[in-house]
Amino acid sequence: MKLHFEVPGDDFTRAGEASGELKRKLKRLGFDPDVVRRAAIAMYEGEINMVIHAGGGVVDVEILPDKITIILTDYGPGIEDVDKAMQEGFSTAPDNIRMLGFGAGMGLPNIKKYTDTLNIKTEVGKGTVLTMTVLTNKQA
Amino acid sequence: MTVSEMANELNLETLVRGDQDRLVAGGYAGDLLSWVMARAHEDDAWFTVMGNLNAVAVAVLVNVSCIVLTENATLDDDAAKRAAVEGVFILRSHESTFSLCAKLGNLLQ
Repeated sequence: MKLHFEVPGDDFTRAGEASGELKRKLKRLGFDPDVVRRAAIAMYEGEINMVIHAGGGVVDVEILPDKITIILTDYGPGIEDVDKAMQEGFSTAPDNIRMLGFGAGMGLPNIKKYTDTLNIKTEVGKGTVLTMTVLTNKQA
Repeated sequence: MTVSEMANELNLETLVRGDQDRLVAGGYAGDLLSWVMARAHEDDAWFTVMGNLNAVAVAVLVNVSCIVLTENATLDDDAAKRAAVEGVFILRSHESTFSLCAKLGNLLQ
C-alpha cells in the first residue's frame, strides 16, 4: 500500500495529521503496537522538521508486510552539518518554535532511535530527502 | 490505578474527559515535546505545562494515559477540541509538576 501526504509549511497545527493518519492505518492493518508507535513518531518528527525548517514538503509511505518505508522530501535550505544535527540537543530552531515545545534538538536523533534504517540526502540551498524504514518483525 | 482514581487522589480538574478506566502505569514530566516522545512510555500520566495542539498530537503518538496540565497551565481551545476527538484525557492542577509527581510516585508505590 502506498500513501502520499502534503505537509503545509506554515501550519504547526496540521503537522501531525499525516502521521496520525499513518498511525490509524497501520493499527487497522494489524501491525504490532510498537511498530505503529515507532513509525508514527519518526514520521511526526520528520513532519515537524519540515514545518520548522523547510516550509513544508511531501511524505511518501510504502507499507509492506515486513517493512514500512517513509520518505520525506522538502525543498528547504538543506542541513549544513548532518553530524551536528544528529547530536541530541543540537538545534537551529528559532525561539518562537521553542515556545511551542519544539526545538529540543531531538528530531533527527529520535528518528534514528525509532527506525531501523535512516538515510539523509541533503544539499544546502536545495533541500533534504529523508528515507527511513521500520522493520515490522523487530521489537524496539 | 486508573486515571479517574488518580484524578481523585490528586484533586485534579477534568478539562477533557477520556477513558476513565484507562490505567496509569507510571508518570513522565517534561515540556519539550521531542524529549517526551523519546522517553515517555505508553500508559504514563504526562505532567506538562504545554496545552497546545502539538501536545495533544504527542499524547496520541506516545499513547500516554492522560495529560496533566500543572500550575494551572492554559489548554488552547483547538487543543481541547482535538483531544475530545482523539479521546485524550486532559486534567489540570494548580500544583507544580514536582509536587504532583511526588504524590503520584507515592500512590504508585
